Amino acid sequence: MIAFNKYYNHFNILSGALIIISLLLLIFKGLNFGIDFKGGTLIELRSNDTKINVSSLRDKFSQMNLGDVSVKKFGSDNDFLIKFENKDNKKNIIEEIKVNLDKSFGNSYDFRRVENVGPKVSAELLKSGVIAISLSLAIMLIYIWVRFEWQFSLGAILALFHDVIVTLGVFSLFSLEINLSIIAAVLTIVGYSMNDTVVIFDRVRENLRKYSDIKIFELTNISINETLSRTIITSATTLLALLAIYFFGGEILKGFSLAMILGVVFGTYSSIYIANTILVRLRVSQKTVLRKDDSK
Amino acid sequence: MLYFSKLRIVFITIFSLLFVLIASSNLFKFDDSFFDKKINLGLDLQGGSYLLLEIDNEPVIEQKLQNLTTTIRNFFKDKDIRINNIKIDKQNIFFNVSEENKQQVIEIFEDENSEINPYYPRFKSHQLEIEDTGLNLKINFSRQGLINLKTSSQDQAIEIVRRRVDEVGTNEPNILKRGNNRILVELPGLDDPMRVKSLLGKTANLTFRFVTQNEDDRFGVEKLEFEDGTEEAVVSKRIIISGENLLDAQPKMDTQNNQTIVSFTLDRVGAKRFGKATSTGIGKQLAIVLDGKIISAPVVRDTIASGNGQISGGFTFQSATDLALLLRSGALPAPLEIIEERTVGPDLGQDSINAGMIALSIGFLLVIIFMFVKYRFFGLITNVTLIINLFILLGVLTLFEATLTLPGIAGIILTVGMAVDANVLIFERIKEELKDETNNILAFDGGYTKSRTAIIDANITTLLAAVILFFMGSGPVKGFAVTLGVGIFTTLFSVYFIARLFTSLYVTKNKNSGKLI
Repeated sequence: MIAFNKYYNHFNILSGALIIISLLLLIFKGLNFGIDFKGGTLIELRSNDTKINVSSLRDKFSQMNLGDVSVKKFGSDNDFLIKFENKDNKKNIIEEIKVNLDKSFGNSYDFRRVENVGPKVSAELLKSGVIAISLSLAIMLIYIWVRFEWQFSLGAILALFHDVIVTLGVFSLFSLEINLSIIAAVLTIVGYSMNDTVVIFDRVRENLRKYSDIKIFELTNISINETLSRTIITSATTLLALLAIYFFGGEILKGFSLAMILGVVFGTYSSIYIANTILVRLRVSQKTVLRKDDSK
Repeated sequence: MLYFSKLRIVFITIFSLLFVLIASSNLFKFDDSFFDKKINLGLDLQGGSYLLLEIDNEPVIEQKLQNLTTTIRNFFKDKDIRINNIKIDKQNIFFNVSEENKQQVIEIFEDENSEINPYYPRFKSHQLEIEDTGLNLKINFSRQGLINLKTSSQDQAIEIVRRRVDEVGTNEPNILKRGNNRILVELPGLDDPMRVKSLLGKTANLTFRFVTQNEDDRFGVEKLEFEDGTEEAVVSKRIIISGENLLDAQPKMDTQNNQTIVSFTLDRVGAKRFGKATSTGIGKQLAIVLDGKIISAPVVRDTIASGNGQISGGFTFQSATDLALLLRSGALPAPLEIIEERTVGPDLGQDSINAGMIALSIGFLLVIIFMFVKYRFFGLITNVTLIINLFILLGVLTLFEATLTLPGIAGIILTVGMAVDANVLIFERIKEELKDETNNILAFDGGYTKSRTAIIDANITTLLAAVILFFMGSGPVKGFAVTLGVGIFTTLFSVYFIARLFTSLYVTKNKNSGKLI
């Protein structure tokens, strides 16, 4: 049996530190919002001419008076991603750009993807994203409350907060782009992390009923160990699937699968080291679960 | 938990086969219409354009209020009540009446059978609200009145948008209402939406009005620019004919001077008015005004009584075709603004499909190898179940003709990774049971029973996340929520019916051969 409980305090301190660092990053550095949430225009361009590269594109676009333009390679050497704010929400901006690029590059390039999100829509998308995440946290809280006792609910929700905030912290640290699919990833993380926590909690509850003489400190450790091989196998298969998406699923799914990979890692960790430690700190005992059984 | 009746086995087999068959209809052609269903590919996979349009209702409200001032004036004139200082300011109408009439006017507006202020009994609300500010009376649209106005202009606009998009002839466009002031246009297969965008961006309000030098025209005058921006002309506000009078418009080649023109045919009322105006106005310039700009202002030479005419204005064939199209489809009630646009080229869509399929195959393979190495025979059971699960998932998506997006494919891959969870929970539990239980049947039974609450709870949490995502998410993300959510149901089915059936057959056959797992 692995003595997970020996490190409860250490990892609580680590998690606390991670959350504080992530919050500081989120407050002071902020998130790199994509055009979905900030508004603006995105063009994915493929060239078949070596004359077209990041610097020549940056040159051409900066002459067009579009404000801040970012030009990046996207996956392969001849794919580029161009983003700009399009502040005045000019109507025929794409056509104007095409005419301008034609002059210098002829038809040796192709727009593979164009996205243009107006300020009103981006504000709405951001709002609905925040609502979706908050709503999912609230619903999980209620669900666990109904299925377990409030101590469990608190533990699970703190673990969820930890996963969401630290994942977003990593995105902030490396300035990774937050777009619609990241919101989907965060929601899936919420589901997955909850899933993992519930399996261990289910075992803790079962053991609480079984053993009256084992303290919760020991009991959580027993439960974690009993479910450990399942935790490892499920995380492993999920990570295998996600790694396949990350490496082979194309550029568009990169951010999404990265967020999910981080979420699965943090989610597995937090089920063991946050959710359970809350039960220990709240001194959950056999009485906690039996009281509810009696009232049924 | 291990017992299966014959009937149940038959049912499970038929059910699984049915969905496998439905799923395979994506690959083969079936003549039978029930099997001839396919998963729709989202715009991000097949390529196409997504446009979200917002109706700018301000001008409509302005116009309605403008009309209303005239109506109010005439209505109360008949009742011998004098309306003074009537004016519009920020979507409100203000006017004065004498103190003794004030109460009567308010009562007329607030009467449920009011002739001037329609009452909506269903919403317990009038179209207009009236308020005594002390200085004057204030009238504005009520909340419900505004909603009705917006819905009706949305209804009109969506009709016009549909006509214009249909005329361009893209395949199977999808045009839907969003809220009460937005229209969503999805154009599959269209990789350059420029033409559609420019067609939808025009209100196409056409009027024929005389150019006038006389600044005090009875109807008022306004200074308008020519479309090429070179000149200006003073034009009367009196409308001779408008776009509503048009029956047809077609681009044509004028054989005499090799110019492209738009020829039009007027309805009876229009033809009559046009004939009268052209007979009295010989020698005058008749301006053809589209959306506040003069296309051309030819001099009237003859009376045109036939109801046929033509517009020239230095068109290319394309611009003449587009103008004719706009005139045929009619004017929008209000200007539209494109507030969101997402266009994916077909080759990028194909690349995404390929990448998604490769990722799915590799992810699937990795999971299968992992499970086999870990559990051997029971790994094999899990793997066979996983394959059937995948087919059932595809079958369900096909049956409902769901839309598959790139994140949707990611959802399927994720389902593959997470689907083994339930079987792992069960197998691990059976292993524990076998520690102090020598009877295989009892251990397997206990493993299934005792792991059930954890499995149900764990899957419901994921399902809740998927449901929220479905209702809050948009476009491609919705596709992810669908595959993730449906995947949970198919997984539970395949774990509790298919995998359990295989396990049960194996265990009852080998119940006496030591620890099975």
